[in-house]
Amino acid sequence: MEIVRSQRKSSFASSDIVVPTIPIYRSTPDLEVRLEEFELYAVQRLRVLHGISDGLSRGKKPDEIEKLVGDLWKVNMMHPDASEVVNKDIISHFVLRLVYCREEELRKWFLSMETTLFCYRLQLETAEAQRALWDEFGLPWKAVSIAEYESVKDKLNQVARSIGQSLSSADTIFYKVPFEEVPDLVAKRKVFVQKGIAYVATNQVISILMTQYRSHLSKALALTYRKWNSMIREQEKDRLTPVIEALSTSYLGPDYSQPREYAELSLKDIDQVAKRSFPLCMRHLFEKLREDHHLKHWRSYATGFISQVEVHKSSLGKDVPQFFIMGVGLKLDDALAFWKAEFSRKVGADRFDKEYAYSIRHNYGKEGKRTDYTPYSCQKIISSTPGVGDHHGCPYRHFSLENLRVALAKMGVGGRALEEVIDKTQNRHYQLACTLTFEAVHGASCDAGVNHPNQYYIDSKRIMESKNNSKSP
Amino acid sequence: MVEVENGRDDMLIDGIEPKKNQNIEIPEEFNANYLRAYYAKLFPYTDMYKWMSYGNDGRHPGCDQSYVGRREFSFTLENDIYVRFLSFNSVTELEKAIKEKCPFKIDIGAVYSVDPAKKDAYSQNAFTPVERELVFDIDISDYDDVRFCCSGANVCSNCWPLMTVAIKVIDTALRDDFGFNHILWVYSGRRGVHCWVCDGKARRLNNEQRAAITEYLHVYKGNENSNKKVSLMGPLHPFLARSYTEVLKDFFEEKFIYSQELFSNEERYEKILEMIPEESVTSELRGKWLDNKRSRDDINMARWGHLKQLLQSGKHKALGIRRCVEEIVLSFTYPRLDKEVSKHMNHLLKAPFCVHPKTGHVCIPIDPNHCEEFDPSAVPTLSKLLEELNRGGLRSEGEDELENTSLGKSIRYFRSSFLQPLLKSCKEEIESSYAAKTQQSKNSLSW
Repeated sequence: MEIVRSQRKSSFASSDIVVPTIPIYRSTPDLEVRLEEFELYAVQRLRVLHGISDGLSRGKKPDEIEKLVGDLWKVNMMHPDASEVVNKDIISHFVLRLVYCREEELRKWFLSMETTLFCYRLQLETAEAQRALWDEFGLPWKAVSIAEYESVKDKLNQVARSIGQSLSSADTIFYKVPFEEVPDLVAKRKVFVQKGIAYVATNQVISILMTQYRSHLSKALALTYRKWNSMIREQEKDRLTPVIEALSTSYLGPDYSQPREYAELSLKDIDQVAKRSFPLCMRHLFEKLREDHHLKHWRSYATGFISQVEVHKSSLGKDVPQFFIMGVGLKLDDALAFWKAEFSRKVGADRFDKEYAYSIRHNYGKEGKRTDYTPYSCQKIISSTPGVGDHHGCPYRHFSLENLRVALAKMGVGGRALEEVIDKTQNRHYQLACTLTFEAVHGASCDAGVNHPNQYYIDSKRIMESKNNSKSP
Repeated sequence: MVEVENGRDDMLIDGIEPKKNQNIEIPEEFNANYLRAYYAKLFPYTDMYKWMSYGNDGRHPGCDQSYVGRREFSFTLENDIYVRFLSFNSVTELEKAIKEKCPFKIDIGAVYSVDPAKKDAYSQNAFTPVERELVFDIDISDYDDVRFCCSGANVCSNCWPLMTVAIKVIDTALRDDFGFNHILWVYSGRRGVHCWVCDGKARRLNNEQRAAITEYLHVYKGNENSNKKVSLMGPLHPFLARSYTEVLKDFFEEKFIYSQELFSNEERYEKILEMIPEESVTSELRGKWLDNKRSRDDINMARWGHLKQLLQSGKHKALGIRRCVEEIVLSFTYPRLDKEVSKHMNHLLKAPFCVHPKTGHVCIPIDPNHCEEFDPSAVPTLSKLLEELNRGGLRSEGEDELENTSLGKSIRYFRSSFLQPLLKSCKEEIESSYAAKTQQSKNSLSW
């Protein structure tokens, strides 16, 4: 509550009063939040955190991350009402705290991403704002006195030179801080350390604030977890709990549930397109379907193609492969024809109409609840566990390395590119492996990474079309 | 039970006696029977347990009686059976278990939040490491690309000094830079050294802080595929500058280039030339060295002189070569840490006074102030100790027995230079934190 007020004040106060512009989320705000905002803000902040996570795992350099954080923040965390921006920041943080407090892995990820976000946001702030946070945390460490400065001046200059900075000028203030508080500066030998005390220059204060923030948030998460378990989950079981539980696994990329016009695909082209523009997971399922005309049996076929899923609540239980095909833009009639052609060879046309057509129509929203079901994202596909003889799953994760090599070779990936893909695979960066495959196959970069089979497909189509266009005239 | 064991030990010692009389040395360095005798007669249980208690076995109300019992021990038994998460609530328990199981290796792990032997009774979150000495592991086998006398686990008087300078560099940094005082260096029994930093402050470091210290101390970035093992961006950080001028430079120039004959033939000096990224420099040196006639000076010294002269003459101002001399010296001599051991609280490390099963060497402490005098080939071996025991006969009992063997010196060093000062500061720490706590609760009561 206090934080919110001080923030409020900041937006109206004259500029010479410095108040932290980045909240440190000490206590939950005493605000009324509409349920839609509760979820929407959380999703938007989650987009920022996922963006950072993706940037880090793609090995982006600090200056690239800094730009990325700035951009992500601008895109997702603004609010038409300027005075609401801070509230949105705080609300979204606290919602995600609830979402991510519930498991060790989730806590770790959230802690690391929020700390990174905090750190890069700080870098965009002025020295005064950083100073204000120093006060906010109530840090006790003293600046080096002038007399003492003279005695360590040479060492401090030596450190400055060793990290390629000019000699520290006399007006640079150094703080004497226990080395435990600035592990990142110690690790990179960016500070002079003597008898356990690190001499931290003004421009390195971010490191201290970051450690403070991390430990503060880490403790807060443990506390939130306890509260969640003992009270909140039960109290909110009809209201917030379902929202919270859905958020941690939600897919945040673009919505592929609606067939898109430019992505429309007619049945006659599907083989050719599969070869050219399907990601390996879908291509593999597609080939298996063409070969066997049946993926083990309907259920596992269902668990098959896009399988990897997620139970939806229809009577069919696990859902159907054509989500991907649907997302690809195959129209209902074509889809029915396609599946019928494929399946009826094994199961007979009658049975197909009875058993399978419903499901397909269901997925197109023509039967039952008439909702569209979104095709599955990489995250879901990767986390699925295919059984023996199943063909679904993420090939980078679930194939043996030999099989993966063969499959990649079939897609025309070889040489260095192949080794890089294998390398990413071995380091468990499955989506990066897929991205590299994309780049190798298309000879074009894929900056956004692959987060969804349908996104792979659409990006591929786009590149293919622009190639065709540039060739024709 | 105890009597039976004693009986067996006596028999064992008697059994050795006739061999000695026939002037036959004990044939092997190591076997399970010798080890059993060592554990029966010599292993310093009390000292080890005192150490692991860190003063918490005292009577002061601030002592945490559960402390030592939450420490993980692990045994590696004769047939490579590995038993983790053992814990001992008294020195008697520890002694009994070691004598009974006769472990070929004893490892010490972290102090956990709860008794590690009962960890299954707790949820995963409740069972976490809470304290652990900051430890370092340096192996001579990690230096294979810069030593030509030995390789792998072998070590001789020509390459062991690498360990000596490693101890000096790391020990100084731990004391002067990080302010630690209670540091124990231990010979690992075969090919390297272990370091235990035991200050309360060190034991309570979290993993991130451990990693920070490790990275601070870590310079060598080499792998098989890169020529440059050490890359310096600018002038040296004060810590590296001190290590360089006070230890490594002199060691390299006065000892190492001779003992390893670093410039004696083309293959060896090419390794060094590879580290100089400036073609004009390397070709000039190559030309000079190819038609080098025998001079009165030592060839290693002469060539190192050429190299330094050329690099430091100021003729070459290229950015990449300014730090080359330093880079070469650091590449060859800077301590190479096994980083993973140091970074995580729950990593296990072999206990001091274990016996290395391959060499029979006892893992004795090394005094960092006199580490040049340490000679790995002179370390007491199991067979030597048993021989001494036999020679001493059954005259003395208990403590004295240990003191009279060649292990005595090591034990005395362990007690007087490490354990006593450590326990003294532990006691002070316990008392002052207890006082602070009572003060605090008093304050909160008055409030």
